[in-house]
This record gives sequence, structure tokens and C-alpha cells, in this order.
Amino acid sequence: MGINIALVGNPNCGKTTLFNDLTGANQYTGNWPGVTVEKKTGKYKRNREVSIVDLPGIYSLSPYTPEEIVTRDYLMSGDANVVVNIVDGTNLERNLYLTTQVIDLGLPVVLALNMMDLVEKNGDRIDIDRLSQDLGCKIVEISALKSRGTEELLKAAEEAAASGAPAATKMHFTDDVEAAINKVIDLLGDKVPANKARWFAIKALEDEKLTLGKLDLSADQTAKLDAIRASLEEAEDDDAESIITNERYDMITDVCEAGVKKSAKGMTTTQKIDRVITNRILGIPIFIVIMALVYYISVSTVGTIATDWANDGVFGDGWLYTNTEQYEEAVGAWEESVAAAEDDGASETVLAALAEEEPDPAEFGLWHPGIPVVVEEWLTSIDCAPWVQSLIIDGILAGVGAVLGFVPQLIVLFLLLSILEGCGYMARVAFVMDRIFRRFGLSGKSFIPMLIASGCGVPAVMATKTIENEKDRRMTVMTTTMIPCGAKLPIIALVFGALAGGFYEGTWWVAPLFYFLGLAAIIISCIMLKKLKAFAGDAAPFIMELPQYHLPTIKNVLLSTWERVKAYIVKAGTIIFLSSVVIWFLLNFGIYEGAFGLLDPEIENYYQYSLMAGLGNLLAWIFAPLGFGNWEGAVTSITGLVAKENVVATVGIITSLGEVGEDDPTMWLAFAEMMGGTTVAIMAFCVFNLLCAPCFAAMGTIRNQMRSAKWTWAAIGYMCGFAWVVALMIYQIGGLVTGEVAFNFWTIIAFLFLAAILFQLFRPMPKYNKDENEKAQAQLNAEGSAA
Amino acid sequence: MTTEAKTLRDVAVGDCATVARLTGEGAIKRRIMDMGLTKGTEVCVRKVAPLGDPIEVTVRGFELSLRKDEAANVLVN
Repeated sequence: MGINIALVGNPNCGKTTLFNDLTGANQYTGNWPGVTVEKKTGKYKRNREVSIVDLPGIYSLSPYTPEEIVTRDYLMSGDANVVVNIVDGTNLERNLYLTTQVIDLGLPVVLALNMMDLVEKNGDRIDIDRLSQDLGCKIVEISALKSRGTEELLKAAEEAAASGAPAATKMHFTDDVEAAINKVIDLLGDKVPANKARWFAIKALEDEKLTLGKLDLSADQTAKLDAIRASLEEAEDDDAESIITNERYDMITDVCEAGVKKSAKGMTTTQKIDRVITNRILGIPIFIVIMALVYYISVSTVGTIATDWANDGVFGDGWLYTNTEQYEEAVGAWEESVAAAEDDGASETVLAALAEEEPDPAEFGLWHPGIPVVVEEWLTSIDCAPWVQSLIIDGILAGVGAVLGFVPQLIVLFLLLSILEGCGYMARVAFVMDRIFRRFGLSGKSFIPMLIASGCGVPAVMATKTIENEKDRRMTVMTTTMIPCGAKLPIIALVFGALAGGFYEGTWWVAPLFYFLGLAAIIISCIMLKKLKAFAGDAAPFIMELPQYHLPTIKNVLLSTWERVKAYIVKAGTIIFLSSVVIWFLLNFGIYEGAFGLLDPEIENYYQYSLMAGLGNLLAWIFAPLGFGNWEGAVTSITGLVAKENVVATVGIITSLGEVGEDDPTMWLAFAEMMGGTTVAIMAFCVFNLLCAPCFAAMGTIRNQMRSAKWTWAAIGYMCGFAWVVALMIYQIGGLVTGEVAFNFWTIIAFLFLAAILFQLFRPMPKYNKDENEKAQAQLNAEGSAA
Repeated sequence: MTTEAKTLRDVAVGDCATVARLTGEGAIKRRIMDMGLTKGTEVCVRKVAPLGDPIEVTVRGFELSLRKDEAANVLVN
């Protein structure tokens, strides 16, 4: 017979590591409380009949966070045959607090005492037999990381499930509390199952609305319950919820005093490290140095080398590993001779002969051809129709390749972030940054997604999972992708080239400037949003455990990196693949001389006849007030909404320059011309494309995180609307200042928007009706539990 | 309850105190209790974050970070 084992424990206690060990699954874990939010199910690798359910890490079974509600609902559903409660032996008191609540549920419980190797190293001694007797359940010592004791644990769990006997604890509250609980049990009578009576009685006594709502008590019963609670509260001079919580910890203190011998010790290693890392004076400089280092390695040096290799090598013409200098000299000489022949007015046959003489990199050293080259040769060899070739090479390979080209850089970035996450530094980042983020209504935890967003918005939106507060999470999801991701960097390079006529890599302040602009957009957005009714309310609590530092395991770092890179690759394989095909179709089909069909690339500027141009013309009015109201600007922005990687490629196609890339001066000129040549229009275009909804893949991820169509559209609508308004202000007001744009109707609108934004930024926090606020919170909770 | 009562917020860095009572209500209060800051527990203030908030305390053998506003809900002796 199949059994279900539920894994329950505090955040960061080794639950997911144990789950991976038992199931052979590869979930990643972080040394960062709260990595698992949904429950995950796997089969025990030695017995497929046994299902193991990994529940989110929680400190308590209180009804306040989505994680707690998910865990409670599952444990109450009756699906679990046995609960395996993982307890961090180095942090026994707080971990056992959850255990006392789990025991009340009336299910068979086995305690897995984890991190015993660390306990021994610290010189602490735990009297397992004594603890087991007091708690009334079997205890198995394990080390999930070293997979010690896990087989024994599973055997104990199977036995407990087979016997079906609930934990028989000897721990109990003080007499008057026990008396009150017994009175409530009598009062509830057969309204609740006998084995869960104690659980329900405690919850009813605590006056927990979530449980009381489900119990549906009569007016008489409610009155009696209130009387029992009132007399207890009066006797103990505290509220019932506090009384019960205090009693639980008091019981644990007693049990630990009897069963645990702590070695007298000075400062722990973690405290010593933290004395430097989160030091009052050094904390911020250390943080800046670490972030600069991550950025320098992943974006400037190693990441760029890897991305160049992928873009030019794998998805470009090919890559020469050795003797590159000799090859480049030969190419230079050859180009000069071709140019000289052209100047002399050489005939086509002479030029064709010269073209044949182009140096072959394969003759110079270790060389591999790019995928497009190989595919093109193969397609030509099988006599493939030119339009199919165009679809595959220019549509799919160019589109998907542009996305996959970023993979090496992302791998480097995510490897570094995973190491920081695994060792426990990320929690300190939240600790150091909280003050800044709280000023505009978020908590320090929102910083992590924004950091990841500098690589890719998809894993960044996924990382918002660790933010417990629903409002904070939604606000972070809505704003985090305003940080320029890897795919937006080519747009910045193109715009900078068009404006300043220089390579942006050579101008160190350009990229930081745009990160700063992104951050400013986030801050302004958050301050404005926080004053809306949907986000108003007290700041979410920032009561967070700072986990102990430890060396991250290689397996975990790799898993976490893979998880994030995978999200990006899946995006390329599905959404970008499809959109590449659609964009290619829209660009290559159209109406020319009255007939619909495939456009002949030989026609001059054939793209102006394409369906895409038609679509652009249809939507150009939206962008007209922003200064790029021609179909080219509209089309580029639309393809940018699909994926930012498309922007530069589309500009290349429309300007008939093909794949010259964002750092080519001819591209800068053509782009400036396409934008009508005004500086403010180019700036407005850039700002719109950096701030609007990032790409289809990120929108899909936002949908998954929000779990509500309404909120998804609110997020996408806000991002696009905000981007449009900012671009409008830059074009109209900026243009008025530089004299490039005359005063017109839209100038007034731009000033009105500016006034509205300033009003929303500086007005005092509006007071919303408290009742309505609570109602909204209750609704949020209900949505959370339904999801 | 007088407003002059000493709270965790007022405890100097490096000093320890005993929790006397929790004020406030709802999720924040429950969260503070759940993390082990209950009546009679000893809590030591380790440090203040570089920007002056939040603070780091040691309670029941582990490190906890909480904001000063939240610490103000913890009355201490």
C-alpha cells in the first residue's frame, strides 16, 4: 500500500536537502530562509510506493503567511499518513516550537534530528531517549547533507504510518490552561474528529478567525467559548494567543533543560564573521565591493568573453581559437584589395573572383564554424527553397540564437549569486539594505530579485517567492524588471552609439547610469504605488532569521544555477522560437503591387510592404506623442515587447543593414535617421523600451507569480503605462527645453502627467478606512489559501 | 501600560535584557512570539545595521534581525 510522508520543518533546517536525498530529485536549496513555497511531491528512490511531500519551511502553524497556510491545509487534509518533522539540532528550542504544534494535529510523527555532526562539533550533547520520551515520538539522528541516517529515518516513518498511532507527548501546559482546553474540547463535542480535537480546541481558544470560520459554531457555543477564554485571559493577565505561545516555549525550555547539555562557548564562527561583514562602518563598503566584483566578473570580463564566443562563434560565423592575429591581418589585406578593386571600377567577374579569395579561418588554426554557417551549407546542399532557408536562418536561428547567446554570461552571474546565496550572505544583504528599501515601502528582501534582474527578468520574478508579504511581493514583481537585464544592454549600446557616436564599452559610466535610471524608476514607482489603496497599509514585518554561515555545496550551487538558466533556456526554446517565426512571417509577407504573398528581398526596401509595416502603421499613433510615431519605431517597440533581444535585430532588418550589430557605426547612423534624428526622440525610444513590460517570457512568469489575471494585467499595464508617460515627458518637455519640439497639445499633457507624478510622490500617505483595509487583507488571505 | 516602559528598542548594543511582555497585535506580534521572544526569555542586542536599522539580536541561541519599530513592541525588564 502506498503511503504519504509529509516533510515539515523550519526554514533553512535542511528539509529540501533531505527531500533531494530521499527522492533523488534535484530541487535547489539556498542558505536563505524560505526557498520552498509550493509543496513538492517525489517518490522515495528505494520504494516507489512511498510518496514524499516537501512542504514550505515555517516557524509556526499560525495562519498569517501563505507558507503556513499551505502546510496547515495539507496536514489537515488527511492525505499525510505520517509527518516527518525535521529539526535543526543546533537550534533546538525554536525548532521544537513547531514540533509542539505538529504533535497537536493528532498524526503519527517521527522527528528527524538534523545537523547532528554540527551539534557534536559544537560539543553539545542531546539525550535522544529522554527527548523522545518527552515528545512521545521516535527520534532519528540524521545528517541530510551527508545522507547519514536517512534510510533508518524512512524505516521509522513507514513503521509509524503502519501503526497509525499519533504522537503521545508527555508535555503539557500548566493546569489552568489544560483545564480551559478540556472545556473547549467538551464544548466542540462531535463537531471535530476526535484525534484533532486538541488542535481545534487550542485554535478556538486562541480566537483564530480562520479556524472559527470553518467550525461554524452556534451563538450559544460562541458565547461559552468567549467566556472560557475571558476567564483564562483574566487569570493569566495576557491574551490567549500569547498565553499558549508562552506555554509552548516554557514546555520546551523544561524539556531542553533536562535533555540537552550545551557546552559553554564564546562567540560562534558566524558571529565572528558577522562582526566584519555587517559591521556598522564596513558593512556597506563590503557590500559594494562584493556587488561590483559580481558585476565585473559576470558582465565585464568572464561573462563578456563567454558571450562573445557564443554570439560570434556558436550563433555567428564561427570561432577561431588560435592564430587570430594572423587571420585578422589576412582579412584586412583582403578587404583592402576588394575596396581597391571596387574603387577602380572592376567588373563583376573580377569582384566575384576576389570574393572567392576571402581567407578561410579554418586554414589559420583551431576553428569551428558557427551553427548558422553549418545549417546554411546543409540547407543549400539539399536544395532547400530560399524562403525556407530565410525562415530558418534569418528567422529562427537569428531569434533563438540572440537569446541563447546570453546563456554563458547568465551562467557566470547565477553561479556567483548562488554561491552568495548558499553561504548565507544574501540574508545579510537584506539586513544591510532594509533601511533603504523600507523608505519606499519594500523590505530588504526585495533587493535579491533586483540583483538577479540585472541578468534576466524571468528568474528575478521567480525569486520574489521568498518575500512573505503579499503586497511587497506584488510590488516587487511589478517593478523589478525595470532594472536593465542582459538583453537590454545592446539597446543601450545602440542608443548611446547613435547619440554620442562612441562605443559604450569604452565609456565606463554609461551602463551604471542606466542601472541608476532603472533604480530611480523603481523607487518612484514604489512610492507612488504604496499610496494606492491596494498597496497601502503598515510595513510588512522584517523579523528574519540570520542563518549560520556555511560553505555552499557544489551540488547546490550548480542546481540553483541550472534552475535559473533553465528558465531562460525554456523561454528561448518556446516563446522566442514561436515569436521568431511570427515576426519573420510578418516581415516577409505582405502586399506588393496589389498581390499578397512572399515579398521578394530584391525589391528595394521591401519591408515597407510587409504585414509588419501595416501593423506598425496601425499602432504608430500610440508612439507619435513620444517622437517615434513612424511604423519603424512602432514595429521595433512591438518586437521589443515580445523580447528585448529583438530590438536591435529589428532595427537591423528595417534599416536593411542585416546583422551588423549594435556596436557598428553604420547602424548608429541608420538608427538615428529612423528616429528622425532628434536626440530627445532617441532618448524617449530608449526609455520606453527599457521600462515597458520586459518580454513575453517575463510576462508569463509574472502571471505564474501573481496567480491572478487581474494582477498580471495590472503589472503589465503599469509597466507599459509608466514607460509611455516617462517617454512622453522626456520627448515633450525635454524637446521643449532643447528646442527640438515645439509647444503643442501633448506638451500640456506631459506637464499634467509630471504634476500628477509629483503630487503622488509628495502628498502625505492618504488614510484609508481601516475596516476596508482589514477586509482587503482578509480577501488577500483567502486568495492565498485558495491558490 | 505607560509609554515610558523600556522596550527592546532601548537596549544598548552589547547589552542583554529579559522579555517582560509583548504589545501590538496580529501578524507582527505572533511572528515575534513564534521566533521565541516570549515572556521571560533572555535577549541580547548584537548590533545595529550600517544604516541604523534594523537591529540584530541573539535569542534562544540564534541570530534574529528585526526593525526598531518591531523591537518597540517587546517590553523588557
